[in-house]
Amino acid sequence: MEKSSVSTLLKMEGVTKRFPGVIANDRVDLELHNGEVLALLGENGAGKSTLMNILAGLYRPDEGFITIRGEKVSIHSPQDSMHLGIGMIHQEFMLVQTMTVAENIVLGLQDLPLIPPMAEIKRKIIELSDRYSLKVDPDRFIYELSVGEQQRVEILKLVYRGAEVLILDEPTAVLTPQESRDLNGIIKTMLSEGKSAIFITHKMDEVLSFSHRVQVLRQGKTVAACKTEGTTPQELANMMVGREILFKIKKAPYRPGEPKLILDGVTVEDPTGRPVLKDISLTIYEGEILGIAGVAGNGQTELTEVITGLQKAVSGRITLDSQDMTNKQPLHLIKAGMSHIPADRGAMGIVGDMSVADNLVMKRYRSEPIASRHGVMHATKIFGFAKKMISFFKIATPKPETLVKFLSGGNIQKTILAREIDSCGGVLIAVYPSRGLDVGATESVRNNIVAQRDKKAAVLLVSEELDELLSVADKIGVMFEGELMGIVDAATTNKEELGMMMAGMRGGNA
Amino acid sequence: MRIVLEKREARSKTVTVLVPIISFVVSLMLGSIVLGLSGANPLSTYGFMFKGAFGTWIDFTETLVKAIPLLLTGLGVALAFKLRFWNIGAEGQFIWGAIGTSWVMVFWNFLPLPLLLPIGLVMGMVAGAMWAGIPAILKANWGVDETLTTLMLNYVAILFAEYLYYGPWRDPDGFGFPGTKRFPQEGWLPRFAGRAHYGLFLALAIAILLWFLLSKTRWGFEIKMIGKNQKAARCLGVSIEKSIVVTLLISGALAGLAGATEVAGISHRLQKGIDMGYGYTAIIIAWMAQLNPLACILVSILMAGLLVGGDQLQMMVGLPSSMGLVIQGLLLFPLLAGSVFTEYRLKIVRKVEA
Repeated sequence: MEKSSVSTLLKMEGVTKRFPGVIANDRVDLELHNGEVLALLGENGAGKSTLMNILAGLYRPDEGFITIRGEKVSIHSPQDSMHLGIGMIHQEFMLVQTMTVAENIVLGLQDLPLIPPMAEIKRKIIELSDRYSLKVDPDRFIYELSVGEQQRVEILKLVYRGAEVLILDEPTAVLTPQESRDLNGIIKTMLSEGKSAIFITHKMDEVLSFSHRVQVLRQGKTVAACKTEGTTPQELANMMVGREILFKIKKAPYRPGEPKLILDGVTVEDPTGRPVLKDISLTIYEGEILGIAGVAGNGQTELTEVITGLQKAVSGRITLDSQDMTNKQPLHLIKAGMSHIPADRGAMGIVGDMSVADNLVMKRYRSEPIASRHGVMHATKIFGFAKKMISFFKIATPKPETLVKFLSGGNIQKTILAREIDSCGGVLIAVYPSRGLDVGATESVRNNIVAQRDKKAAVLLVSEELDELLSVADKIGVMFEGELMGIVDAATTNKEELGMMMAGMRGGNA
Repeated sequence: MRIVLEKREARSKTVTVLVPIISFVVSLMLGSIVLGLSGANPLSTYGFMFKGAFGTWIDFTETLVKAIPLLLTGLGVALAFKLRFWNIGAEGQFIWGAIGTSWVMVFWNFLPLPLLLPIGLVMGMVAGAMWAGIPAILKANWGVDETLTTLMLNYVAILFAEYLYYGPWRDPDGFGFPGTKRFPQEGWLPRFAGRAHYGLFLALAIAILLWFLLSKTRWGFEIKMIGKNQKAARCLGVSIEKSIVVTLLISGALAGLAGATEVAGISHRLQKGIDMGYGYTAIIIAWMAQLNPLACILVSILMAGLLVGGDQLQMMVGLPSSMGLVIQGLLLFPLLAGSVFTEYRLKIVRKVEA
């Protein structure tokens, strides 16, 4: 440790952070060298984000200290962090949608004059974006930009402020494969300029392609810190989870039954009358998983919402078990056996301010035995049911009465999954079910979805990860600008074909 | 050393109970500043107020008289607030209740006299429900902001009642007094002590029933879901539109019942001064009771005490009786500020400087 003085840029020593009931970071050491990318790897709730939020000035450590270029520093606020040259890009972007790129970049700068010299600012932005190949037009509004472009604005914001250390919290979670490659290039340019980066992730391939060194956290403690070269994905996964991980999904041979859910020429318009889902026709059979691929925002949300009754179709027909289900209320569809794992789990999947037990019965509370015929709910039955579900689906919660919002992302998703799988009566609509989950949770989510299909359910699985679709789905449909580009056989297709369709080329049997 | 707020793992039950109590004490302390500035001795003033409201059995019955409409409107408001429907129109719904009951009492001469009271009260509830139904339907179908509609409709209700008792409904034998004819005595809500009438027991029973419905039934479960995350509730098959309308009809019916019992039990006619402001005090009651129907019982008695005690100020200390209202208003600030502590706790951090 003594020889590190020359190249060490930033050092955290013995950092401990406690939250009520948990130790998020337990005496963590971390070291970042000049001009390197450090990957911070770990499961959900391993303490990666907490550790980085300490650097970004959002949290203060209970113990331990931070040194930058050998000097002890104390970081009280994001401003302090910025002054020390540390900048963090959070998973959710901090941009004002109705302001331009340039305005967003200078927003909140302390030494900004009352009337900002926008021409000069723009010149500087263009200069910076050329230098780091961060292509973006300073005059465009944020809402006009794709997610990848918005991320570039976030990076520009940090560079503009003179950040030397960039912290990226799961930067590729929202990007297309192409955008991820661009990001890789951007980061390489920054490194050549002498900047360094810390990269929070739980994707193995990213660790291997992006980083120089990797540090693995598990339950708030460092379990390994080593050079990326020489490690394997399997090794990293095992360190993260602490047990052997199966990457292959076990699934029964594909034997589709009767057609279950049929969409015929379904079109959905947004409030302004613009079609966001155009003339979609597809059939899902019993015992089949139809995967939906596509870059986010190409109509996947509308597709799942029109099926689950949350949006209205302006034309077309939806049938379930040959019964007309077009524009029926969600309750009607739920009673017909439809389960839904929504994309935005915090906003749509759970009621954060209610207990885990309450959230688990949010489908079953309508009928006996949870509620009597007269509508009186039985607290003991709810509790008993919840305990059973918690142990069966391995939801890590202190008590069934704990409010769901205090659980980690993975356990919130398990709570939703438990409720929806338990109440599933033949159709499962799963939207980004493993988004943001760690390896262990992803594995259990995927296995549960496959188990439903093996039980003859018709499953619609919307995912951004082609690997997930290729290993889990039986057939894959690709969406582009509200249209279905075609449906291909998951067993015979490959990433190239899917990628072409995601870019707008028709394929398969459209 | 620094003091920071730290998020609690679960909502603290003790704090939930302590916050309203401490808020009350703080508001009394703030009130004593106001009293001091008006030249009164705060301690003895509070003493007079307390004695005025709770000192003797007769004083206490007067407090109960005011507690009845406060409890009923408070329950109505708390119910709507559970749904995050900001019904600040309890005042208007209260007045419509009074109008509905008066209509039956004064004009439904064809009714057998024993039916006058039950049908009169039901009509009051229907009228109150109707008045709350308008903003509910507007909100459920077109997303019209309920804070504006419920508030505006209060003025419509107040002015309409005024039109009635100054105009077509004015008692022709009343020497120009702005009010309807007196109700037939058979229609009066009987009293059990002083002016305190049996509406009290009706209100208490409703409070307990409402508590049961909200905490133990499917209906209450759905209200909780909608109130805490409307999007998720919709995803899970709860009909938001239906729930808003049904719940608001009940909320309005409760405020309407308050107006109904007020005219049937106290004034025995619809007359000037029916807009007592109970519907606004109900908002404070609902918050102070943390939307719990059982807590509403205690809180409305306390608030009624403040009103009755405030009246004493005028007589005993020569201060305006509105001083009671001032203290009532002062209650809301510490209450809202204090609710932070149900989810956060204070923590003292010692600086760990390099």
